[in-house]
Amino acid sequence: MDEFLAAFASALDLLTTLDANLLEIVALSLEVALAGLALGAVAGLPLGAALALFRFRGRGFAVITLNAMMGLPPVVVGLVVYLLLSRSGPAGSLGWLFTAKAMVIAQFILVTPILAALTRQVVEDLWEEYSDQLQSLGVGPARAVPTLLWDGRYRLVTTLLAGFGRAIGEVGAVLIVGGNIAHVTRVMTTAITLETSKGDLSLALALGLVLLLLSLGVSAAAAAARDLAAGLDG
Amino acid sequence: MTAASTKSSSILPLAFDSIGYAAAGRDLLSHVSFELAAGVRTVILGPNGAGKSLTLRIAHGLLTPTTGKVKWRGEAQGAQLRQAMVFERAILLRRSAEANVDYALRTRGVPRDARRQRVALALEKTGLTAIAGRAARVLSAGEQQRLALARAWAIDPQVLFLDEPTAALDPAATRAVEELILSIASEGTKIVMTTHDLGQARRIADEVLFFCRGELVEHTAAEAFFEKPASDTARAFIQGDLLW
Repeated sequence: MDEFLAAFASALDLLTTLDANLLEIVALSLEVALAGLALGAVAGLPLGAALALFRFRGRGFAVITLNAMMGLPPVVVGLVVYLLLSRSGPAGSLGWLFTAKAMVIAQFILVTPILAALTRQVVEDLWEEYSDQLQSLGVGPARAVPTLLWDGRYRLVTTLLAGFGRAIGEVGAVLIVGGNIAHVTRVMTTAITLETSKGDLSLALALGLVLLLLSLGVSAAAAAARDLAAGLDG
Repeated sequence: MTAASTKSSSILPLAFDSIGYAAAGRDLLSHVSFELAAGVRTVILGPNGAGKSLTLRIAHGLLTPTTGKVKWRGEAQGAQLRQAMVFERAILLRRSAEANVDYALRTRGVPRDARRQRVALALEKTGLTAIAGRAARVLSAGEQQRLALARAWAIDPQVLFLDEPTAALDPAATRAVEELILSIASEGTKIVMTTHDLGQARRIADEVLFFCRGELVEHTAAEAFFEKPASDTARAFIQGDLLW
């Protein structure tokens, strides 16, 4: 118990003194997660909206597949990206394995299905409400995609936050493709994994606290977005 | 977007040629045929479930009839783009009042500067200028319906369909909406409207289409319809005796 308290005290010390090593890890984590999220949003939001609005053969199957992909096992995604980027793999010549870029790709793959699936639901609900009016105006599915993404903007904030939560807290994929190299690919989750197994609990605990604070912030932001939406959507 | 430019090639008259509509094995409309001319305010009357809204939706192209054909003059290409529809409860985008009108104009490819002027004009006409920047969906029901009318008017339709446009409104808001409908009609837009309010029908109708149980029972000039309806069902309806 004393050991735990001591670790906790030095964790707080790292946080309050803004330890350079800690800050570096937090910054890289945010960078990687936000880059993966941004790329995922560019792909996932229009994809989800299109899936909600276009009618085509195999649509039901596509929706089921997408929903299933929300639960993609990170280690499997990590393994696949590893194989793609490894020296003998198809994209090996890029030399991206064990770089932050590889981690961004892995998180992009993990986050995109989540964003697309949640977006599809938001847009489908809006379409149900708007369809008479938009059809009356002669608005087809292609034009409705940007319309409904914009009108779902407050609800989509919650979607983005869910994607961010997935990316920032994920460890399996980034560990495999990033390799947890100090100052290069070490992020919060991989550092916690390493420090814990080394028995150095203070950095692990400090990073764990940062992660908890972040998820608290995400959930507060989601609640704020909901309130904003309720206020403006009437 | 001037009245002259879009009305030069009229899509009217509108003809229903033996239209039928069935859903879940039930005939909701059968053998409905009529022709609606320009310049006449048409009100569709009938008890609940008579097929009034269905007729509007089919005419506007929101529903495809099971049998029969909807014909616009000369099978006009893009006839639907020259129509607008206002629903019982205004369906408004989650944007400001003026952005809602602007959106409709963008679907018609109106350039930005022209849009700005037209939006201002539409809001002025409907008395909404002061709340142009407010979120549309937090406006009162009456303001929302006026905004729906502003949006419809802005795109200068040849035909304006209105489905029970005042059913959810209080008397003052109803009057404002009726005045707008008459004003829009006086500018040359064909009005086709459903209502279950007989007083409103008398105030607005030039002619009446009377439906009962999915069939068109009468198509008469309004005065004749209210003075001396030809059918027993219509007489009972006017006297308030027709319950279904």
